[in-house]
Order: sequence, then structure tokens, then C-alpha cells
Amino acid sequence: MARSQDTPAIRVRDLVVAFGDHIVLDHLSLDVRKGEILGFVGGSGSGKSVLLRTIIGLLPKQQGSIEVLGVDLDEADDAALHALERCWGVLFQQGALFSSLTALQNVQFPMRENLGLSERLLRDAALTKLEMVGLDARDGDKLPSELSGGMTKRVALARALALDPELVLLDEPTSGLDPIAGGDFDELIRTLQQTLGLTVFMVTHDLESLRTVCDRIAALADGKVIAIGAMSDMRHSAHPWMQSYFQGKRSHMLARVPSMTGA
Amino acid sequence: MCRVTAVEEDVVARTPLLSAQTADGEVRLTAAGAWTAPNAAELEGLVQGFTSDASEVGVAAIDMGAIEQFDTYGALLLERLLRAWKARGHQMHIVALAERYQSLLRDVHRFNPPPTEAGPPESKVLYAMESLGRGVSNIAGDLVTLVNMVGALGLALMAVLRHPMRFRLTSAVHQLDRVALQAVPIILLITFLIGGIISQQGVFHFRKFGADEYVVDMVGILVLREIGVLIVAIMIAGRSGSSYTAELGSMKMREEIDALRTMGFDPVEILLLPRVIALVVALPLLTFLGSMAALYGGGLVAWIYGGMSPEIFMTRLQDAISLTHFKVGLIKAPFMALAIGAVACAEGLKVRGSAESLGLQTTSSVVKSIFLVIVLDGLFAIFFASIGM
Repeated sequence: MARSQDTPAIRVRDLVVAFGDHIVLDHLSLDVRKGEILGFVGGSGSGKSVLLRTIIGLLPKQQGSIEVLGVDLDEADDAALHALERCWGVLFQQGALFSSLTALQNVQFPMRENLGLSERLLRDAALTKLEMVGLDARDGDKLPSELSGGMTKRVALARALALDPELVLLDEPTSGLDPIAGGDFDELIRTLQQTLGLTVFMVTHDLESLRTVCDRIAALADGKVIAIGAMSDMRHSAHPWMQSYFQGKRSHMLARVPSMTGA
Repeated sequence: MCRVTAVEEDVVARTPLLSAQTADGEVRLTAAGAWTAPNAAELEGLVQGFTSDASEVGVAAIDMGAIEQFDTYGALLLERLLRAWKARGHQMHIVALAERYQSLLRDVHRFNPPPTEAGPPESKVLYAMESLGRGVSNIAGDLVTLVNMVGALGLALMAVLRHPMRFRLTSAVHQLDRVALQAVPIILLITFLIGGIISQQGVFHFRKFGADEYVVDMVGILVLREIGVLIVAIMIAGRSGSSYTAELGSMKMREEIDALRTMGFDPVEILLLPRVIALVVALPLLTFLGSMAALYGGGLVAWIYGGMSPEIFMTRLQDAISLTHFKVGLIKAPFMALAIGAVACAEGLKVRGSAESLGLQTTSSVVKSIFLVIVLDGLFAIFFASIGM
């Protein structure tokens, strides 16, 4: 890579996003380092998905700057933006699979449009991706309406990974999955991240996945990042929301981690 | 990995992705550059060249030391190269593949694509006959669904008649507003224009044999008996029938209808009945308005274009038409409305999971209901003729 390692994968500065009078993100700043898995937490409606959608350019921002993989989204021309869009993969909360294409065709779609590969390699590559996310060739022929929730997420992840992106943005990847499937999914993201050297930005509610896969965690409240750091730092935060989130009833499982028992 | 900024100069000046030297009966391949997605197409060609090149060499090695980038596509193609070599009974060693790329190659190595199973070639004649058969059986199936839907609506109506409190009056009024009141301007405009056009054609052609005044008979009878109700029914099939199908279809897609059912509500009673009743009430009203607008348009054109004063037009109209003509038109309207409503609902409930099927069913809803409206009109024509109306 020509770019230096210390350029963050995502650099957000002073970001303001508002819907009418309602300010959702208020001068928010955040860095996602290259090669890390950053878990992004926050209460319902605190604007986690808004941040993700603003980063990928689906929502307009009022102020601030966003740099993704060293490209400033405001200054980049269309060609640069298009190149950038091929370098990130996005997993939407509901999967957002194309309902009239089979699972395999969904994964092939970005490849077919961007790479100009032969049918054989297209098929091999898409099947490899499906296999990587734990599906087999028979699942590939199913339509999205015939897939279960977990399988939909897996196919959507395979599609997000189709072009071997540098950066993957996941919007609640484990929501709606049972704990075992959620755990598998976490492991999958971890394995893929190590294998492909991805940077992962993951919006999540799932304490278990925060604990097991995330290198760092950022917490959002009142439109700002109120804390960022490893899991152990999170538990020491004095912010009331952080207290209730990381020390609440459902966080008891964190106590199982030896390094955190002192907290 | 992909690059955000396309580095064009690199592409021009770089070493080939894959090159080969033969020395001491050993092939040595050298890989270089970016074995990544953007280069995959080019790389595939190179790999294809080396695998199809059937030189009788026992041992081969591939030097991956000069690789700058490597991703799944590179790994897949490397694996393909290795497999092709192995299939010929030779060995190939990988030299100097960086540690961080090893696991990716191992992952790809485990992967065995199932062979594409190609079915036996089908005869075109058989295929044509099969699709014809399917088409016919689909028509039969459609008829059954339609009868089913009318039956279900009838049952729901009976249930509502027995317990009038269960009728969704608010919903029915809301639907009535949508399909009747909001449709009035466009219906008036279209029927006004159609009436005018009929009148103009009549004046133009009847004038040749001095029978211009019969234009009033033609406009009056045609509009009241056939055109008024037909045009309005077709408009409503396109306007409201399609929206019913799309609404119900997307509810079906999002499992809203299933949710209603599990809560113990009958979707037919809650969703379909108010809609169909609204249509059955709306269509006669709109037909009346439409017919009046068409007569008005006809009279206006007869006056301006044909020089027939409104007084004469009115007098002739009173002679030419009777209440029977008016009734013939209006009696048909509720039946047409029922056909449109039943088709729209049946098609809406047929929607499956995909966006494509929503579009497909909406189209077929409009096409089928217009077809049915015209068939009904024909049947009514025969019926009224035989009873002398």
C-alpha cells in the first residue's frame, strides 16, 4: 500500500447531522484505525446508523468533514468517489439483498458490474465468498425470500465482501440472530478480518460481540463520542449511560473475562 | 485489496503479473504485482495460458515473493493453477508466499466448487408445448383463484351482515374517498373528451348523407349504454385496482397479512371487504358523473363544430334516449367493480417475496381486470338484448 499506515481508515471531524431542528450528531469526531474492528455502541435512536449512513454518503451532513481511506468525501470528484465505493463493503441492517436475484447472483452482482470476469471465475469467486460466510452452493440458488434471517445476513456479508474491500461497514450484523448464530457470525467476522486484513466498522447492540471481536469500542451519546477504547476502559467510564450499559444486568457475562474481573 | 486512487502510471510500467522461465527441465513461474480483483480478468487469461500449455515438464515452482497485493481472487487463480498442474500429475511448489497470505490460500484450497450440472438439451417443440400447457393450466388456476376470492368476499360480507359492528366503516369511507372522490376530476376530464370525440366523428361522417342530427342519438345511446361505464371501469381498473394490488402485495411481502391472521383477524374482512365495497359503491357514482360529462362534451362539440344549438341537442336527446339506456349502463357498473376488486385483491395476495413479483402481479391485475370488464360488458350486451332492454 502506498498510503502510510497511520492514515486512519475513517476520519470524521466535527460532524453535524440534523433532521430539521433535531440535531442527531453534534460535532462528532472519530477515527477508525486501519486493520482494526471498531464496535460502535449507543442507545436506540442515538444516531449510530445515521453516522454510518453519513459516512457512506447516503445522508447529507450540515458541517464537518469525513475522510474515508484518505479520500475527503467533499473534495473527491465522481471518479474518486466511484473508486472509493468499490473499496468498501456495506452490510445493511435488513440485508438489503436484491429480491429478484438469487443469493449467488446477489454476491456476483458487484463483481459482474465492476470486474469483467469470465463466467467461470465469477462463479468460483462467488461460491468461495458464500463458503467463507458458511453457506454452500445449494443455498446460492435460493431467492432472498427463501432465506432465513441468519442466512440473509450471511449472504449480505458475502456481497459486502464481494470485491475484497479494504473497509467493511456493518450495521447491526448480529441483531435478529440467535446467540449461537450471533457468536458464529462474530467469529466469522474475526476470521475474515484476519484473513483479508479488513478494517471493520461495526454498529452493534450486542455486548457479546463487543467483547469477543472488537479491538476498540466507541460509545455514542448526546450526538458525541463519549468514550473510545478497549472493553476494559468502557467499564471504567463515569458517564451514566456507559455505567448502565456496561455494568447493567445484561453485562454480567463480561465478568467472565479474567482481565476484567478486577473492575 | 483495492486502491482508492487509480495509479495509472503503475499499470503501464509494472512487470507482468505472471511470467515463466524453463531451466534444467524445471518450469519456474514468477508472479509479481497486484494479484487482486481489478487485475483478476487479466490474470485469469495468463493462468489459462499456462495451464493449457501442455509442456511435458515434471517439476514446477511458482515464486510468489514479488507479490505486492493478494486477495481472494489472486488466491483463487493461484489455486486454479496448482490444481491444473496437479490434474496432469505434476507438482508445483509455492515459493516465498508471504505469511499473511497463507491463510487465505488455505481457505481457498479447502473450497471445492461443485461442477455446473448442465441438464439434457431440451427439444424446442417440447418446450413450446410445455409452456402452452402451463399457460392453459394457469388460466384455469386464475379462474379458480378468482372464484375463491369472490367466495371469500361473500363469506366476509355475510359475517359482517350478521354482526354489523364488525364492519370497518372508517376504512371503507377512507377507501371511498380515494377511489371515488379523488378520481372525480380525471374521470370527468377523460369522459368529457371521449364524448366530444364521438360527437365530432358523428357530425363529420353523418353530415355526408345529411343525417347530422342523428349524432345526438349516437352520442346518447353509446355513452349511456356502453362507453361511459366502460371507460370509467377501465380507468378505475388502472387507477384503483393497481393500487389495491400493490398495497396488498407489499403488505403480503412484509408479512403484515400473516400478522393480522395470527392476531385472530380475518384479512379478507379487514383489508379486502372495505376496499371492494368502496369500489362497488364508487363505480356507479363515477359512471353517472362520467356519462354526464361525456354527454356535455358531446353537446358542446355538436354546438361548436356541428352548429347544433344546445336547445335542439337537448330536445333530440330526450327523444333519442330513455331511462332504459341509462339503467343498462348503471346496472353493469357494480358487477364490473366487483370483478376489478376481486382480481386486484387476488393478485395482491399472490405476491411472493421479491420486488419483481410485486410488479408482475400489479401488471397482471390491471390486464386481467380490464379483460374481465370487457368480457362482462359483452355478456351483458347479450343478456340485455335477449330480455329486450
